[in-house]
Order: sequence, then C-alpha cells, then structure tokens
Amino acid sequence: MATIDLRGVTCPTNFVKAKLELEEIETGTTVEFLLDDGEPVKNVPRSLKAEGHKLLGLKETDGYYVLTIEKGED
Amino acid sequence: MAEPKIDLKNLKAGGFIKERGKDLFTIRLRVPGGRMSVDRLAKITAVAQKYGKGFVHLSVRQSIELININFAHFDAVVAELGEEQQKVASCGARVRVPTACGGCEYNPNGLVDTQKSALEVDEKLFGTVTGHHKFKVGFAGCPFDCPKSATNDVGFQGAIWPTLDADECISCGLCAKSCTEGALTLGEDGKPVFDAAKCIYCGDCVKVCPTSAWKAEKRGYTVRVGGKWGRRPLVGTVYATFLPEDRVADFIAAVLDWYKDKAEGAGRVRVGDIILREGCQSLLDHLKQDFADFVVEKTIPPQIINTQLPL
Ligand code: SF4
Ligand code: SF4
Ligand code: SF4
Repeated sequence: MATIDLRGVTCPTNFVKAKLELEEIETGTTVEFLLDDGEPVKNVPRSLKAEGHKLLGLKETDGYYVLTIEKGED
Repeated sequence: MAEPKIDLKNLKAGGFIKERGKDLFTIRLRVPGGRMSVDRLAKITAVAQKYGKGFVHLSVRQSIELININFAHFDAVVAELGEEQQKVASCGARVRVPTACGGCEYNPNGLVDTQKSALEVDEKLFGTVTGHHKFKVGFAGCPFDCPKSATNDVGFQGAIWPTLDADECISCGLCAKSCTEGALTLGEDGKPVFDAAKCIYCGDCVKVCPTSAWKAEKRGYTVRVGGKWGRRPLVGTVYATFLPEDRVADFIAAVLDWYKDKAEGAGRVRVGDIILREGCQSLLDHLKQDFADFVVEKTIPPQIINTQLPL
C-alpha cells in the first residue's frame, strides 16, 4: 500500500495533494496519508469522504495521524 | 431660498440623526444581518456621492450610515434609495434592525441559518414601538458568538444536541480531543462517552467526526434575554434551548408583551433592568405559556458587568 506523507503541508494544499494522488490510482485501491494533528486531521479525512472515497481508518501515531482511504468511483 | 418641503412621515420612524453641522443629518440605513446586495450597494454609493460629502460610516450594528446629508434632500434621498428597495432604519424606543453573523450558509462553523432569521425578524418586528426603550435582537450561528448576541435584549445562538451512532465510530479519538468542554472522553471500548451536563451544544464533535458517527439530534437556538451594553452593561441569561428557527419571531413578540406590560410607568428602561426588578421567574412563567417545550426550568438574573466606574 502506498503511503503519502502530507505532514508539514498546510490546509488546503494537503487536501489538493491528496486529491491529485487519488486521481492517479484505480478505484478500490487503498492508500495511506500521514496527516498532522490539528486542522489537517480535522479537515482532510472529511473532505475526502465527501468526495466519495471510503474512510477505512484514522489512527494517531507519535503525534501525527495515519489515514487509510479506499479510492471511490471516479 | 424657498423653504424646502419635507415629508415628515419619513422622519417619524427615526433613522435620521442630527449632526453637529447646521442642517446636516446622518441617515441610518436598514441592513438586517449586515447583508447587502451589490445592486443596493451601488445605489447607496450613487446617493452618497450625490448628496453626501464623500464618505459613509459602517455602524457597529452592521448598518451603513449616510453622513452629512442636508435635511432639504431627505425626500430625494429616500426616493432614490427606494429605487433599490433600500429603507431607512429606526432609532428611539423601537425594535431595531437585527444583527447576524454569516451563520451556516457559507460559514463552516454555523449551525443555523442566522441570515434567514434576521430577515424574518426584520420583516415582522422592525420598528415595533416598545413604549419604554430600544430593543435589540442579534443572531449568532454557534456558541463562538462573534456577534455578541448575549448583550442584546434578546440574543440567539445556534445550537445542536449531539447523538452518537457507535456502529459508525472508528475510534479515532478526534471528537474527544476537539471537545473543549470536556464533555467527551474515550471509553474502554474506544468509543466516546458523553457527559451531557458539560455540553454547550457547539457541535464541534459533529463537525470533526470523519465518519459522521456523531449526528445532530436537535437543532435550534439557545435564547438569552436581558442583555445590553453601554454605561451599565448586562449579559442576558438563558430562557430557552433548541428553540426552532420558525418560532423565533413569536418568541421575541412574547418577550415584548411581557416587557410592555411590566415596564408600564418605568420610563426609559431596558428589558434587562425590568427583569432585575421583577425577577426572572415572572418572565419564565410568561414564556412557558406558549413555549413550554423549549423554556428552561430555572434561570438566573441578567449578569451585571462591573465597569469599575465611578472609582
Ligand atoms: S458565531 Fe459561529 S457561525 Fe457565527 S461567525 Fe462566529 S464562528 Fe461563525
Ligand atoms: S456539542 Fe460541543 S460541547 Fe457538546 S459534546 Fe460536542 S463538542 Fe463537546
Ligand atoms: S470522531 Fe467519530 S470516529 Fe472518531 S472517535 Fe469520535 S465518534 Fe468515533
């Protein structure tokens, strides 16, 4: 599974980057995003879900979050 | 110069305020909730350019005030503003133009449509004569209360009551972390535990939950009565919770009825000071008649702010 590190990337750039990454992969593929605590983890998962992707997990690890997403229909 | 002819009807409801300069007035415009269409703004600009001296003033209650208008031009100003349905505001002992933040329409924090409420109250109650003193209404979309609704005679604050669908929870812990009131903790099973007694209805849990496991079970306004600012400030206290948006105008009308009655003979006194005199139970009982489902069991008197003057 691919892991994309979005730590240090601020809103809304992190969301745009995640969106672009998801455009590159097939529907049904899972991918991990690393997100900073605070605004990024509050905004990015919700926004990706609103775009039709499936949220499989969101876990805190050492001060940041690992978000697991399954790509939805294009 | 011939005596200018003025339609005094225009002046009665107020909104025309004498300035220092001879014959000069400020005209306060009616802008409920601070929302202004661009066409109206263009018309106001044209009128200000033609009759004013090059600037307008943005009042702290979201109005635009035309400055330095000669009273001989009142009728022309009112007529030209009328071409874009722009009306003049009020002053004196009346219900004033309601204020409101952006609410939920485009503001991500908003929980209710404050703009809609402000427009409705403006339509139904603007200019109502109180018989005693001015009467201000303000709407905030959420408990952040940017518009300081609690310092209005009646202040409304958007609120939601959260409910959890534990099956949808993925135990990320964000809700517990986001709740600034300590109403949420993560339990043994990794699901949030809700302490209702600490909840201030801000909806942060609902907004932050990535899976929408938290939902709004109830939505409406927390209503405070008796606030004012000025020389002797009071913060209004809670009389109702989760008041539905479509009961707002009726609720204000009920407060006005009580005020008109209880302030009889008291002179220029705001509703908060009447509550201090009469006690809050009297107003609670009055409101319970029509709003039993929303009125709180008990409340406290308006909270007096110590201004430290005189020293
Ligand atoms: S009161 Fe709430 S909804 Fe209104 S402007 Fe402030 S944060 Fe936004
Ligand atoms: S509504 Fe606000 S105060 Fe109540 S539990 Fe949710 S986050 Fe906490
Ligand atoms: S934010 Fe939602 S998913 Fe995360 S712990 Fe709270 S209820 Fe569960």
